[in-house]
Amino acid sequence: MKSVDIALEAQRTSRLSAVKDWLYRHNTGGRLSTLLLFIPPALMVFTLLVILPIAESGVYSFYRWNGFTALSDSGRWVGWRNFQFILQDPVFHQAVWNTAKIVLISLLIQLPLAMMLALSIASKGSLNTLFRLVYFLPFILADVVAGLIWRFIYDGNFGLVAAFTQLFGMESFYPLADRDWAFNAILVVVVWKYFGYHMMIYIAGLQSVPNDLVEAARLDGASRLQIIFRIKLPLIMPAIRLSIFFSVIGALQFFEMAMPLVTSGGPSGSAHTIVTYLYEFGIVRSRIGFGSAVAVLLFVMCAIFAFIYQRFVMARNTA
Amino acid sequence: MLKLKHLVVSTCVGTLLAVCSTQLVAEETVTVLHNQQDQFIRDTWDEIRVDFEAQNPNITVQLDFMDDDAMKARLPTLLQSNAKPDLYWSFGGGNYRVRAEAGLLADITDKADRLRANIGSGAMSAFEVNGRLYGAPYRLAQVGFWYNKSLFEQAGVNADTIETWDDFLDAVSTLKEAGITPIAAGGAERWPLHFYWTYLAMRIGGQDLFQSILADEASFDNEHYVRAGEELRRLAELDPFQPGYRGMAYNEAAGVFGNGQAAIHLMGEWDIGVQTSESESGEGVSGDNLGYFNFPMVDGGMGDPSATLGGVDGWAFTSGNGSDAAVRWLEFFLAPEQQRKLAAAGIIIPVANGAAEAVEDPHMKQIAENIANSSWHQVFWDQALGADVGGVINDVSAELFAGEISPEEAVDRVQQAWDFR
Repeated sequence: MKSVDIALEAQRTSRLSAVKDWLYRHNTGGRLSTLLLFIPPALMVFTLLVILPIAESGVYSFYRWNGFTALSDSGRWVGWRNFQFILQDPVFHQAVWNTAKIVLISLLIQLPLAMMLALSIASKGSLNTLFRLVYFLPFILADVVAGLIWRFIYDGNFGLVAAFTQLFGMESFYPLADRDWAFNAILVVVVWKYFGYHMMIYIAGLQSVPNDLVEAARLDGASRLQIIFRIKLPLIMPAIRLSIFFSVIGALQFFEMAMPLVTSGGPSGSAHTIVTYLYEFGIVRSRIGFGSAVAVLLFVMCAIFAFIYQRFVMARNTA
Repeated sequence: MLKLKHLVVSTCVGTLLAVCSTQLVAEETVTVLHNQQDQFIRDTWDEIRVDFEAQNPNITVQLDFMDDDAMKARLPTLLQSNAKPDLYWSFGGGNYRVRAEAGLLADITDKADRLRANIGSGAMSAFEVNGRLYGAPYRLAQVGFWYNKSLFEQAGVNADTIETWDDFLDAVSTLKEAGITPIAAGGAERWPLHFYWTYLAMRIGGQDLFQSILADEASFDNEHYVRAGEELRRLAELDPFQPGYRGMAYNEAAGVFGNGQAAIHLMGEWDIGVQTSESESGEGVSGDNLGYFNFPMVDGGMGDPSATLGGVDGWAFTSGNGSDAAVRWLEFFLAPEQQRKLAAAGIIIPVANGAAEAVEDPHMKQIAENIANSSWHQVFWDQALGADVGGVINDVSAELFAGEISPEEAVDRVQQAWDFR
């Protein structure tokens, strides 16, 4: 054996032992083995089912493609045209505005309502339990079922709306057929469906407020309102931040309930949300590229919101 | 243990036998996917299947049902999988063309001599793409005005005198003045409204214009199609539909017509059955009370008033599945004899040569004659132009009726979608 070979062999052995050494040092209590064993499956599932589809959507969004055959066969590169079209489309503007309306209605009506109810029925008692159940019932229904039920309620000939108009001798009114009313009608259903859910979050928060604090405040002569605003609300701020987060993300994803209520976006697409817009113009009309572009925009909106909210609002929880 | 051994042995023997027997008889199975809900029609099809299997003992035909919406949603993926059927129900048009061009369908041009001999070339051409054949037509459909004779009588309107669009608008006004809702429309789904705009465009613009648009030699943005929008607006200004029509689906509107709550419904001949089943009494506008007239001509229009808008529906072969057995089944199913049987039962307006005589229902008979005498039978535009452009046409038709866009904006948007298809 030549000396060079021997030297190389020695180097190799020393490198190997260095790796062994490193492994030995870092595998404290078998931690490294655990990581190596348990991370790959999760990482693979996450990559295959989350990262990859997101990346694929990103690629598709630059194509004109009907999805029938491989992208390389029938796809046509169109650059930013999908995005240009979406951003100029008045129906998309309406969809974004409608989504914003859901957020606003949640913040201004739904959450305060949920809070009011939570405050009044948070204490233990059999009557309160009953009310909690009743208020929570709409949330238990499947979204599609709720949509179908409300479609009947809004029916101008046979529904509850018809009963009202007949009672007051007014002209028949068809909320879902009216461009100005269709989406407002959906907003009512949104509040009805989800306030119970937020109420439950608040009740859970309120029940964790230590009773002695409330009693101490009462002994000190604090009024009911003062107890609510000075003690209870500040103490359940984490729950409130969480429920706002759920409202906004829920609004951005709002889809299933709107589908049975208004066929393909209602009169002139006036009742589209971002996701029903995606479904109607991306999936139904076989424009996978266009739909992907909408999805990319939606993803960006969600990501920006989630990031900002986590960074600046939720972070206060630990402070 | 003994039991297990017994089980294993018997299974092995059983499998072996099964393998041998299939190889000896060379049994073939033809699977057919359809969306036919009507039990009567399915039973009639099944009789044909039994006859076929009796004559072809080594071929089994399997008719599989899938709900219409589910089928539309699943077909794109199904066609690319191994679970695809040999044949499936197709409305022809843009989707059929796209799939044929994408190689998802089987080319049966060289096996089609008997199919061609039996079926009229006009209907056959609806299933040709670039001169090649991937399926065959099964039935024809025409869209026209269905009307309630007693309501017309009540308002003093005579349907036989409606020859021009102006006559039609007059009839609508008269009905309205008599306190009758003139027309039922399923505005929520939009496609029922696109019949108005596209029929007007056919009457005003004619066939040559449409063909040159398809060939990219002309634009949707032309004076004739703008006028179609203007004529549609004239109807819309009469406020002809049932209240809340924009929130109603097609079948709900068919119910309004079937209940006698509106006098007219612009729809294909399938509406005879749907308006019956959707009506509260379950009887609909029946028998002699139901009338039919063609979409009227428009003064100054270039289109031939005999031209018809409707469908040519049929069956398509999936790629790799244009086997001799499958072709033989379709030859049998579409042969004049079977078509005559289906026509006599009032199920279809047949495509096979000489089968039209068997149609007995007076309305179906009239429609069969209309299509036979038609100089141009155009497939529904929202099917013919593909889901994408078709969707835009449906949108703008609904918005024209609502008065939210101008006729100029409408054609502009359709052309935009066509350019970017």
